Amino acid sequence: MIKAILIFNNHGKPRLSKFYEHYNEDTEQQIIRETFHLVSKRDENVCNFLEGGMLIGGSENKLIYRHYATLYFVFCVDSSESELGILDLIQVFVETLDKCFENVCELDLIFHVDKVHNILAEMVMGGMVLETNMNEIITQVDAQNKMEKSEAGIAGAPARAVSAVKNMNLPEMPRNINIGDISIKVPNLPSFK
Amino acid sequence: MALKIVKGSIDRMFDKNLQDLVRGIRNHKEDEAKYISICIDEIKQELKQDNIAVKANAVCKLTYLQMLGYDVSWAAFNIVEVMSSSKFTYKRIGYLAASQCFHESTDVIMLTTNQIRKDLSSPNQYDTGVALTGLSCFVTPDLARDLANDIMTLMSHTKPYIRKKAVLIMYKVFLKYPESLRPAFPRLKEKLEDPDPGVQSAAVNVICELARRNPKNYLSLAPLFFKLMTSSTNNWVLIKIIKLFGALTPLEPRLGKKLIEPLTNLIHSTSAMSLLYECVNTVIAVLISLSSGMPNHSASIQLCVQKLRILIEDSDQNLKYLGLLAMSKILKTHPKSVQSHKDLILQCLDDKDESIRLRALDLLYGMVSKKNLMEIVKKLMLHVDKAEGTTYRDELLTKIIDICSQSNYQYITNFEWYISILVELTRLEGTRHGHLIASQMLDVAIRVKAIRAFAVAQMATLLDNAHLLTGNTQRNGICEVLYAAAWICGEFSEHLEDPMATLEAMLRPKVATLPGHIQAVYVQNAAKLFATVLRGHEGVPADSTVAQETSQLLIDRLPLFVQSSNLEVQERASCILQLVKYIQKLQQKDVEVAEEVTALFAGELNPVAPKAQKKVPVPEGLDLDAWINEPPSGSESEDEGRKSKGKAVFAKEESRHTKPRYTEVDEKELAKRREVRKAEQANNPFYIKASPSSQKVYQDGVGVEHIPVVQIDLSVPLKVPGMPMSDQYVKLEEERREKNKADKKKKDKKQRREKGEKGRRRRGDSVPESEEDITPAHMVDIVTEEMPENALPSDDDDKDPNDPHKALNIDLDKPLADSEKKLPVRSHRPDEVLKSPMEDGQGVEVAPEPKKKTGKEKKEKKKTKDKDRKKSKEEKKKKKHKQEEGEDLMGAGSEEPIQLEETKGVAAPPPASTPEAAAEAEDPTASTPKMVSGVAAVAPDSEPEEAKDTEPEETKSSKHKKKKKQKKEEKKKKHHHHHNHSDGAGDESVQNGTVEEEEPLPPMSNYALLAENSYIKMVCDIQGNLQDGSQVVVSIIFENKCDSFIKSMEFNVLDSLNSKLQRPDGAGPHDGLNVPFQLPPGISNEARFIFSVQSIVMPQKLKGTLTFIVKTDDSSTHEKLDFKLHFTCTSYLITTPCYSDAYSKLLESGDLKGSSLKLEGVNQPFHHLLARICFHHHFSVVERIDSCASMYSRSVQGHHVCLLVKTADQTVSIDAKCDEPGLLGNVLDEIKLTFSQC
Repeated sequence: MIKAILIFNNHGKPRLSKFYEHYNEDTEQQIIRETFHLVSKRDENVCNFLEGGMLIGGSENKLIYRHYATLYFVFCVDSSESELGILDLIQVFVETLDKCFENVCELDLIFHVDKVHNILAEMVMGGMVLETNMNEIITQVDAQNKMEKSEAGIAGAPARAVSAVKNMNLPEMPRNINIGDISIKVPNLPSFK
Repeated sequence: MALKIVKGSIDRMFDKNLQDLVRGIRNHKEDEAKYISICIDEIKQELKQDNIAVKANAVCKLTYLQMLGYDVSWAAFNIVEVMSSSKFTYKRIGYLAASQCFHESTDVIMLTTNQIRKDLSSPNQYDTGVALTGLSCFVTPDLARDLANDIMTLMSHTKPYIRKKAVLIMYKVFLKYPESLRPAFPRLKEKLEDPDPGVQSAAVNVICELARRNPKNYLSLAPLFFKLMTSSTNNWVLIKIIKLFGALTPLEPRLGKKLIEPLTNLIHSTSAMSLLYECVNTVIAVLISLSSGMPNHSASIQLCVQKLRILIEDSDQNLKYLGLLAMSKILKTHPKSVQSHKDLILQCLDDKDESIRLRALDLLYGMVSKKNLMEIVKKLMLHVDKAEGTTYRDELLTKIIDICSQSNYQYITNFEWYISILVELTRLEGTRHGHLIASQMLDVAIRVKAIRAFAVAQMATLLDNAHLLTGNTQRNGICEVLYAAAWICGEFSEHLEDPMATLEAMLRPKVATLPGHIQAVYVQNAAKLFATVLRGHEGVPADSTVAQETSQLLIDRLPLFVQSSNLEVQERASCILQLVKYIQKLQQKDVEVAEEVTALFAGELNPVAPKAQKKVPVPEGLDLDAWINEPPSGSESEDEGRKSKGKAVFAKEESRHTKPRYTEVDEKELAKRREVRKAEQANNPFYIKASPSSQKVYQDGVGVEHIPVVQIDLSVPLKVPGMPMSDQYVKLEEERREKNKADKKKKDKKQRREKGEKGRRRRGDSVPESEEDITPAHMVDIVTEEMPENALPSDDDDKDPNDPHKALNIDLDKPLADSEKKLPVRSHRPDEVLKSPMEDGQGVEVAPEPKKKTGKEKKEKKKTKDKDRKKSKEEKKKKKHKQEEGEDLMGAGSEEPIQLEETKGVAAPPPASTPEAAAEAEDPTASTPKMVSGVAAVAPDSEPEEAKDTEPEETKSSKHKKKKKQKKEEKKKKHHHHHNHSDGAGDESVQNGTVEEEEPLPPMSNYALLAENSYIKMVCDIQGNLQDGSQVVVSIIFENKCDSFIKSMEFNVLDSLNSKLQRPDGAGPHDGLNVPFQLPPGISNEARFIFSVQSIVMPQKLKGTLTFIVKTDDSSTHEKLDFKLHFTCTSYLITTPCYSDAYSKLLESGDLKGSSLKLEGVNQPFHHLLARICFHHHFSVVERIDSCASMYSRSVQGHHVCLLVKTADQTVSIDAKCDEPGLLGNVLDEIKLTFSQC
């Protein structure tokens, strides 16, 4: 079982949090902080596993994480998951994000956290791995997005126009974010398949 | 219309959307909290609007804020609204929000049941998918129970996308509703061989998760998994299966033998590291399970260790880590094959990666032997010096202690060395493990008698240099060792060289800065030392001055402690001070007091096993759980408390003792006390920490004379505190061993016999043979921990009683009984399965369960007559009162949230634009009229009390079966009181007077056979619809009787003028309805059809046909089955409770017309008779006196039917009254028919 999936940036700002067990909001924030604390102090070239933090369920659990550009992707899993398998799953997740957002960068996750959730929902459901095949995931995500578009129809057009205008009015948007290396480079890892 | 929509969206395009919110937050870095609170106010405004798009947008933003840590549970109701939008876009937003912030105690969750069910059966697969995904995050026991059937149906959905989600979510359903496991399991098993790999993988996933917790129930699946393992190419699936085998092999060694070969093949062939690693892991598990039975699989072990070595040597840190992890598993059973890689593991200790270092440390724990312990610990001590971060250093410290103390100090040959290691460890600054070192010192000093002299000398040095420990650093942790030092010096003071000096050291003013409990030990042991000094110096005239000086020293120094703010210190100090003063007086008179003072501390303190207390057998006939005095009831004690102030304290105390709470408090308390006790034990020298194998007490059988005791010159190391000394012991030990070897060679022949003895004994200890040569330097007389007499040799079951998986420990191999083919949820069981006595089904007397009042009930109540309402409120109060008095306090407490919810429903009036959604949210029962199609998948019955009746969760697991049975009974009752006030049901039991125990009734069912052929069997039940007087609901159970798959079932009825089958909009009047499921062989499932009826006065029959396709492997045939639906007048009646005063008013009103009926030769007990009428004809008992009873029912169109039933000598006479004589006549005829049949 996967207990939680967290994405946060190099400064510990949460970009996505998905807990498959209930915690109240304060505990969730504390978990995110603690996890960030544990993960961020680790060097780049050490192993990607961490014995569980104190908060998420004790010694049986492990943190498995990957660090891409400005973002940490952390999965908290119990002993029924294969460590290397989860590492590959994170890779699949990031590659899927890369396909769906076309060269994904932290900004995509910041502004479209709902979409990230939707993509994640096609991969992991209730803490269990649902699908690992990237093409299948993308197909389902695309089909749902298409549905959403067709539902918006004419009524959605003005809103889209306005949001486009809003974005035009704020040309400084990408600039005031100091991210050196914006796009997440998806390295080609020895695939799991 | 279109204009309105466009206008609406123009309005809202200037609302903030999620992107605007995010952007805003980023632009307000300095006053983020303020900005967000403004946004939340805006969101609250938006949620008040009617436009669902605006609401969805608001909920979307809330989801984001939730991630940032803002509590958004206040918007739960709005989230439900958005979830129930018909548009996928909004629905998805709603479900996402729900999955992020709903949990079991979210009260609006129970409003979602129908919405989710609707979404699950939506024709759009993504609606279903989104609902399943959401549900997987917030499923509650109630939801699981109510939706289990629907989800099970989805497991056979045509689209693999839905199938795999449905399969996966079943695991969550099982966890929340364990009863569903057995009925659902056959289908789950089927999915292991699903053509779609995704579904297959999901099924493997679920079964692995289940099997991990209760492996033995899944052994029978091993062949199937074996087949999958050899055929599957999906690495995910393979990994899961291989992991599962790892869990299964310990239970079935034969499986292990079979696995070795294919696994070894996989190890050789696969290129995927993840798979390779899991294979190695499982092979290890197999080898462990075999190690007891089989001689050796050294080739396999070698292969594993080899592969692991490759992993550990890999440059990839991840592989290195996992390699070490797996290595530690081999270590447990095959230590030798790992020990040869010691070099590699020690090398890993130098790794820059902390995770890897920790793993390597774990490995070291198992790798030590008598031979290499000193060497390994020496290396670790070096690391301790180098380690900068405190966490890792603390970890090292604990590991050193663990390694040395494991198996009752099995590997320590030289305790002097160990003590010096401990002393060296005290030099660590800022460690929080002072108490650990302290307890080790105490443990060793108490249990190893031979070492006491040395330990005391060391401790005296420690005390003398206490300032080094407490020095300038913050006094955390490490000063704990002074506690041990003081105690050891005091207790074993006879070994002290210069007790006077130590005493002086213990009474230095600086001691007063130590924590209180340490000071207390100081004071107490100062007294012990004093006694020793007296004994040493008395009698010798020259020395009497020394004794008197000592007394004076104490008298001078103790007042410092008398002033201590710590009570313990103060008390002990003043007590001892007075004692010493008295002694001083005696001394001045030259009275010898030494003996008497020593007597104060005479006797040896033996170590007691921490479990000893627990192991004291309970004397026969003593029930510790029984009350000594009956607990006073809550109300009584409250009264008392009010009456007399003087008693108030006790009264309060007592009122807390009402049973349910008492136990709860008690458990918490116990846990707390246990914690405290453990903490105490850690510091208490008389308690010895339990070591994993305390049974294996190492007792050297060889006589003392054979053990060479090394003479050590202590003067040098001891006088220089804080200098590493353990090294010298290493050298000394080596020399000693050398010498021993030489000696041995000489004495070999002489000692042969003894050696044989030793060898025999040691083999038991599983110490490698080469170690026999190393004899311990001390007589390791480790004192056994004391246990009470008659201690029970029991292995404690340490399993967590709260583990949800315990409930899932269900035997799955037992063939499913018919009753279990379907989920026990709301299913209406056919006749033959009913085992539970009718009485329970009647609701006449059910185990008192806490009834919750629901919003719906209240609403219903409004509909009923005023009188009824008043009455029922009274009843409710009564009942509430009763509950409080009686067994269930919880029930009364749990009413609150529901009322809360109700007010919420009112407070947030549903917007006009979404009347549908709102109506549904408000009234969960509204689903039936909304099934436009007239067909709903399995049991869309939505009695809210069913969704909410949470029984007292007393025995979730242990009384599992019992509960199941109880549930069945309840189900039956529910069915019967289909459209009943749950209140009424409860009240009846009080009113009818049928509460007393009567002989059980034969099972009954309203399901009548409708039609049957060789393929399929249909049984049906017809019920009026409470919500709509013109509707009748027909529930039909279809059962597949043949070996083939039945699909495309179409149900059609020839309408009459009076009754029509409700068909979906747009369907022609003669079109059939599709039955929304398919039937695999042997499976039954239920569908409901709604008919509209105009007149209910006459019974009628409708002809109908069921067409279906029977699909076998190679062919499929169209088949049909004709049937006749018989709408009796009884089926238009609805069980409605009625109170006796309302009943008599009704009879007095004179609107009713009478009729009567006589039944001859009825020879069943009266209560059976009543039960039959109630069950088959939907009546309720108003009052019963002896052999006479009044009964009441109401038709869907509001006709009152009253019966007066009397019995005498096998004759039953029924006088009946009704405002519609035609209806009454027919009902009476039907009653007659019922009794003629039995």
